[in-house]
Amino acid sequence: MNRLGKLGLVIITIFFLAAIFAPQIAPYDPIRQEQFTGDHPTEERLKPTRGHPLGLDDLGRDVLSRVIYGARISMQVGVMVVMISAIIGMILGAVSGYYGGWVDRFFSGFLFNVFLAFPSILLAIAMVAFLGPSIRNLILALSVIGWVGYARLMRGQVLKVREYDFVTAARALGAGHARILFRHILPNAIQPLIVQASLGMAGAVLSEASLSFLGLGVQPPTPSWGMMLNDARSYLRVAPHLLIFPGLAVMLTVLAFNFVGDGLREWLDPKQKRQL
Amino acid sequence: MRTIILVLAKRLLLVLPVVWAVVTLVFLLIHIVPGDPVRNALGENATEAQVLELKHRLGLDLPLSQQYINYWRGVLEGDLGVSLVNPSDRVLEKILARYPATIELALAGLVVAIMISIPLGVTAGTNQGKLIDNIASVVALLGISTPGFVLGPLMVYLFAIKLDLLPVSGRYGPEYLILPAVTLGAALSAILTRMVRSSVIEELNEDYVRTARAKGLSERQVIYKHVLKNGLIPVVTVIGLQFGVLLAGAIITEVIFSWPGLGRLTIDAINSRDYPMVQGCILMIALSYIIANLMTDFAYRLLDPRIKVE
Repeated sequence: MNRLGKLGLVIITIFFLAAIFAPQIAPYDPIRQEQFTGDHPTEERLKPTRGHPLGLDDLGRDVLSRVIYGARISMQVGVMVVMISAIIGMILGAVSGYYGGWVDRFFSGFLFNVFLAFPSILLAIAMVAFLGPSIRNLILALSVIGWVGYARLMRGQVLKVREYDFVTAARALGAGHARILFRHILPNAIQPLIVQASLGMAGAVLSEASLSFLGLGVQPPTPSWGMMLNDARSYLRVAPHLLIFPGLAVMLTVLAFNFVGDGLREWLDPKQKRQL
Repeated sequence: MRTIILVLAKRLLLVLPVVWAVVTLVFLLIHIVPGDPVRNALGENATEAQVLELKHRLGLDLPLSQQYINYWRGVLEGDLGVSLVNPSDRVLEKILARYPATIELALAGLVVAIMISIPLGVTAGTNQGKLIDNIASVVALLGISTPGFVLGPLMVYLFAIKLDLLPVSGRYGPEYLILPAVTLGAALSAILTRMVRSSVIEELNEDYVRTARAKGLSERQVIYKHVLKNGLIPVVTVIGLQFGVLLAGAIITEVIFSWPGLGRLTIDAINSRDYPMVQGCILMIALSYIIANLMTDFAYRLLDPRIKVE
């Protein structure tokens, strides 16, 4: 893989480790509030110090610990969304491409287009708005908008692969539909899906942060980067660090997954070098 | 000409099932609310009679099929119902009052994106592999990875609070549009820069470029008169498709800058559980998105004579 791809892998590993070992790494409880004397959070009190390297937020909570715990939500949501939408997308895409005919006309001519007719973030906002904000509904909504990308890719791959001689050979030997699909077609269609999954992680992390920013994701006091960014807006004047650190965390994660996606694309298929 | 009209009509016909599905999905939204949406909106203190009365007024006590028919009738007649929170407010009126602000913001975001991406993409593409090309790539990647809700407040801090050059939020004059437009357009300009670049590189290898150079045109003329004309066709498609994305992205930008558009209306309605208002907003944004895509498709066919009309 290229250098940026490797760098991305390193960053992702760090964030995953932070997510898994948050209770061991975080210097403070992310919800515990430092007692302030007086009522207004001032610049002096919130800014980074030796005890709190990334400073305190308006309620006196340690920002470093909250950023570390925030990785848990992002990674958890990202992994769940990518898994669910990839599985659904692969099944529907495979069925659509393999059977063709009216099945394909219904799926790729109608169902895919309906989901593409909404700007994706809008559909997610709509679903969470009506189902109510929670991490489960967030994952559900992001999976509902996420599967189409995998489905279209899978369909395209299946259409290509099913014409190969080894598929005809398998059919001639009496293999059933399921066997042909899973044993012969799927392994040959999987590469672009891996790339899509990496880019999908970037998208899911970004969407989670967007929805949490709008108050439609994880509910307080659970720390999430999007929510921290929303809280930070009220204290821009006195505490810009509240914006910088969770903002950097989101950017780095998204950037890293994009690097890995691009790197994987090149690595898996050197013919198809993406022109950056 | 007649064939073009036929093609357009066919394309319109293909969109109809999608529109049907979108309206149906939006109609169903209020029925996925856990518990009773009317009670949720009225709060704990509302009496049973109040809940029933409002339900009756909204037609939510009818059988689902009847509600569905009524919803369609409303959509076709331009009636999206009334606000749950403030039943004297008609949903469509509220939406139309906010719509221009959102269109203004989305157009401004588009202008920002085009103004950044075309010069940057052309410069990168004509200097492939050189330092300036690498810098443009890094800038583009940063743009794609920086969400609006990081970039927006960051610019507010820099340009409004520290430097005091621009207003923090609101919509009271042209200067209020600058920060929201840049916030909204940044990600798109990153995507477009990459596209313009690869498009320029591709076109530079074409024979007509050699011809143009051979007949003594300056490099500038070659690029701006010949290469860009062809190279921008795929970019136009993306611009059109992304305009709809901008409409949705405007939701976050409007929240950051207290921009009084459709996005803020949506979020305010969500927060006050004003479900019919949310449904109306979602429907309106989704339909605008479909129309933007349709118009892009038409423009694309008209622009590029190479696309054969079947």
